[in-house]
Amino acid sequence: MSVSTPALRDERAVRPGSRRKVADRYADRLLYAICLAAAILTGVTIVAVGYEVVHGALPAISKYGFGFLTSTIWLPNFGEFGAASLIFGTAVTSFFALLLGAPIAIAIGLFLSLLAPAGVRTIVSPLVELLAAIPSVILGFWGILVLAPFVQSNVEPFLHDNFGFLPIFGEPQTTGASVFTASLILTIMVIPIIASITRDLFTSVPRDLQDGASALGATRWEVVRGVVLPTTASGVVAASILGLGRALGEAIAVAQIIGAGSKINASLFETGDTLAARIANQMPGALTELHIASLYYLGVILLVIGLATNLLAQWIGRRFGYGGAVAR
Amino acid sequence: MSDAFDPAAPLTSSGNLRRRQLFSRLAMSGATAAAVAAVAVLVIVIYTVVARGASAINLDFIFKAAPAGVAPELIGTAIIVAMATAIAMPIGVLVALFVTEYAGRRATHLVKLTLDLINGLPSIIIGIFIFGLMVKGNKQSGIAGAVALAIIEVPLIARGTQEVLHLVPKNLREAADALGVARWRAMLTVVLPSAIGGILTATVLSVARAAGETAPLILVCSVFDPGSFSFNPFEAIPNVPVRIYGLSEEANPSGFTEAWGLSLLLISFILFASLGARALFARSKRKMSS
Repeated sequence: MSVSTPALRDERAVRPGSRRKVADRYADRLLYAICLAAAILTGVTIVAVGYEVVHGALPAISKYGFGFLTSTIWLPNFGEFGAASLIFGTAVTSFFALLLGAPIAIAIGLFLSLLAPAGVRTIVSPLVELLAAIPSVILGFWGILVLAPFVQSNVEPFLHDNFGFLPIFGEPQTTGASVFTASLILTIMVIPIIASITRDLFTSVPRDLQDGASALGATRWEVVRGVVLPTTASGVVAASILGLGRALGEAIAVAQIIGAGSKINASLFETGDTLAARIANQMPGALTELHIASLYYLGVILLVIGLATNLLAQWIGRRFGYGGAVAR
Repeated sequence: MSDAFDPAAPLTSSGNLRRRQLFSRLAMSGATAAAVAAVAVLVIVIYTVVARGASAINLDFIFKAAPAGVAPELIGTAIIVAMATAIAMPIGVLVALFVTEYAGRRATHLVKLTLDLINGLPSIIIGIFIFGLMVKGNKQSGIAGAVALAIIEVPLIARGTQEVLHLVPKNLREAADALGVARWRAMLTVVLPSAIGGILTATVLSVARAAGETAPLILVCSVFDPGSFSFNPFEAIPNVPVRIYGLSEEANPSGFTEAWGLSLLLISFILFASLGARALFARSKRKMSS
């Protein structure tokens, strides 16, 4: 190239083996090495997290083995630990959060992608995402002081009076701190996650398909039911699983509001506890080695569940197409 | 629809279409109601925080230490988040550069998967990780808190940077290549500067996320004295989320007022940062495409 530009004075730039060229080569390699190191560091981090958590749990693992998972006894003062009631609490709160949250979130995704006029969309879309930006500690604090009293004095009596024949709607307790209230807070947390992913999914459904259905006389709902949802079903499932992962792992807001009970109750209106909330509650004050190790054991369970849901969501998203918005 | 075609059927409407349209309209109003409900929850939460927190806030509250104010927590959170961002931003940007500029298909897939997994880790897990790594057998420290928050920030920054690096026009790179600019120089002086808007957006969003993150800090940076200005990074530094959490666990009405005030300050910072980042991103995107 320099041959064709005789005006180029700076010959150092073109002579092979010149200092500049050598420096460039080293700088290129250096930048590559730094970038590679950063990428490797992220991989090392995830491995180190796994190692450290399992390592911390070893005393409890060697003492209890898998029996830890089925024992409901958690008595730090007597050195007895078991995770069953916490696994139960985690499953119940996340299940109800998803049961309530996923349909609402999918409806919001439909509204934002197919129904709302452009003006409304540009306002509502960021607002829904802001819901995800509220720190969990504030949401939990709001939950204790505002939501819990309301739920305790209005929602729980209503459900108990009308649907009391179901054991899950038992007698309301004196404070609003309950599995039910925790599920409601988790619902608020999973909605923006699922809503923003499904919105992107629904927007990506080819316009032609929808127009085709409309031309055949389908109503708007029939377009959604017959075209939009079937083409994005796997993505919607993946989005819901991501939301589930968020609900499973939430520690602070749940710790504030679930009431830290240690029993398995059929009624949602009793107190309970989850894996993550128990760690947040007791780790700062844990004194004995076994107590700390047991809390780490809870962490191992949580980590396994968390990684599994995350990988499952990715796999479904990629495997069945339309994963772009989820995997990204 | 499944009925066989009957040529003798009368041509009057059966009411079927009306029913279908009614159902459709019901379903669509349900979707609208869901969106309204979500916005309503947001408004109610923010309204409560503003209504109950505003009375707590005055000059003493912002500039003095406990019991009158919360200045140490505010400064402490700023320090921890600044340290976390100083760690996370270079790493995040470098990872994004690696993915977009160097990595092959497999490496890209692997790095993205890793970032997604880190992003999906419950923050309490990051808390016990750092607790085991830096605090157990040692003591709580601001640095431990910063590292924990950095782990939360890296995937956010890397992902945002990656997206905007993909948007950098190809002809910019080609022009740099054609001028014989070395690759490292092109990346540092052409590619990164044109992506700076997006990188800053991602960073601001990650700062907003880290500022409210409580779970890891409870384990690694929570035993502090809210009454004194001491910001030794090798000891626990006062910070806002842990203080709100602590106050919310005590049944003490005056503590609640302080917690509402802190919540108001924190939530307004986060909302402004998120909205600002959005505006910034919209602007830089417009600039890049024009």
